Amino acid sequence: MTDPLLRVEGVWKHYHRHSVLRGIDLEVRPHEVVCLIGASGSGKSTLLRCVNMLETIDDGSIFLDGREITDPDVDEDEVRRRIGIVFQAFNLFPHMTVLDNITLAPRKVHKVGRAQAEEHARDLLARFGLADKAGAYPDRLSGGQQQRVAIIRALATQPRLMLLDEVTSALDPALVKEVLGIVRELKEGEMTMILATHEMSFAREIADTVCFLDGGVLRERGTAEQIFTDPRDPRTRDFLRSVL
Amino acid sequence: MKDLDPATRDNERTGAWVKSEQQVRREATRRKRALRSGSLATASTVVFLVLILWGVTASPGWPRVQETFFNPEAFVRALPDVLDGFLLNIKIFLIAEPLILLVGLLVAMVRSLKSPIFFPLRALAIAYVDIFRGVPTILVIYLVGFGLPALELQGVPTDLATLGIIALTLSYGAYVAEVFRAGIESVHPSQRSAARSLGLTHGQSMRYVVLPQAVRRVVPPLLNDFVSLQKDTALVATIGPLEALRQAQIHASGTFNYTPYLVAALLFILLTIPMARFTDYLAIRSQRRRGQ
Ligand SMILES: Nc1ncnc2c1ncn2[C@@H]1O[C@H](COP(=O)(O)OP(=O)(O)OP(=O)(O)O)[C@@H](O)[C@H]1O
Ligand SMILES: [Mg+2]
Repeated sequence: MTDPLLRVEGVWKHYHRHSVLRGIDLEVRPHEVVCLIGASGSGKSTLLRCVNMLETIDDGSIFLDGREITDPDVDEDEVRRRIGIVFQAFNLFPHMTVLDNITLAPRKVHKVGRAQAEEHARDLLARFGLADKAGAYPDRLSGGQQQRVAIIRALATQPRLMLLDEVTSALDPALVKEVLGIVRELKEGEMTMILATHEMSFAREIADTVCFLDGGVLRERGTAEQIFTDPRDPRTRDFLRSVL
Repeated sequence: MKDLDPATRDNERTGAWVKSEQQVRREATRRKRALRSGSLATASTVVFLVLILWGVTASPGWPRVQETFFNPEAFVRALPDVLDGFLLNIKIFLIAEPLILLVGLLVAMVRSLKSPIFFPLRALAIAYVDIFRGVPTILVIYLVGFGLPALELQGVPTDLATLGIIALTLSYGAYVAEVFRAGIESVHPSQRSAARSLGLTHGQSMRYVVLPQAVRRVVPPLLNDFVSLQKDTALVATIGPLEALRQAQIHASGTFNYTPYLVAALLFILLTIPMARFTDYLAIRSQRRRGQ
């Protein structure tokens, strides 16, 4: 078995006196697609934000490529360069064109030349059916287009690991399809991903591993097939019954 | 090209678009209505002005006021000197403005630094803003204008206009720093996390993501401050450089006629009105943008 790309060990996170993550353990192998499911408020977004070091954890440790990234001496910016994250809300930069949104990090962080960065960005836009939107500002795009641009923006830095936080939650069903298409392509490209999602049928289709979070506890973890057809934990069973 | 409405598609099939009778009628009505509201506005303005003018000139003290404030001879006599002084006001304004922007932006950015290493800098920035926002501008001008040269330090300028510029920069810098800070804080935190999560450093996120959005938002309030700076250049008169108000004072004290002040006032109005209209225009434009 290959070494995990990401290892989360006993991670705790409190907000004020409320524990949002209660000792989470999770391993993600290279090219594995992990889906986090669970009720609203169960801690899915918080876990992703902790992995991306947007939140400081209160206990436990997180390893990326075998190196502990929760070590206080670690260079956070360097870690973030290897992880792409796409948020629940689109978070594109409204004052920049689509092309500038995508090329900002490659140019300023990874020091790629403008011409090369733009060429790569245009390739990605073309691949995901947005070739004609390179010069547009985000407020002129539909929700689905904005979310696809956000995903492309994260992809453009060629991350080792992609974190997708409910990338379809703000979209209507037709647009959801567009965005899920892009995620499917990422999987075919062997991208390692963790997705927080409420789209159960999609989770079932795309995930290698499904994790059920409940009140900050990782109740159950298994293959998509096992979780959806034969959940062991009663809480998982209740949750799935309520959403399916 | 697939989402065209049926009417347009119809016209595409038949070739050129011919304006329908309904549309011609609609546009005629609109034109008529615009004309009517235009003439209504003009008429009411004229009536309003006539009433005010009549009210003022009918007052018992009017002849005396007319003599001391609206004396055409005094006006013509004072105009060249006051205008000459006014050029100094414009110069002070043009030099002070970029300096103020620079000070304001720097102070605002120092205040946004979170790291404990910068605590002394941050404390300094807060103290600066608190002090110079609290002290009336005219006092700052006195203190800088008379206090700085009194120190007799090497390299301290003694030119009165320069001292005035320093004082205005110190005073307005504090206001503008607060405007910038409000702008920076109005950018949603998710923009910063999005930038950080792409691997941008704090400085890069600030420079490429937060500041450009913040600056755009604060342009109207900044212009507003600059309208007020334009007239506050007259406060520099208190330490003596020969700007518009000082020139007007000299003329007025020689003749005991106050018309020179009117000259100065008119010049200031002529300068600030275009700026004020430009501010309005920008405010409306940004409102319209946000409405979309
Ligand atoms: N910055 C914060 N300060 C205080 N509490 C927070 C903060 N962020 C999240 N929480 C709390 O942490 C809990 C978990 O939130 P989280 O966003 O991780 O849930 P989630 O599983 O992503 O939910 P959803 O499916 O609705 O997105 C919630 O109870 C939330 O109120
Ligand atoms: Mg969430």
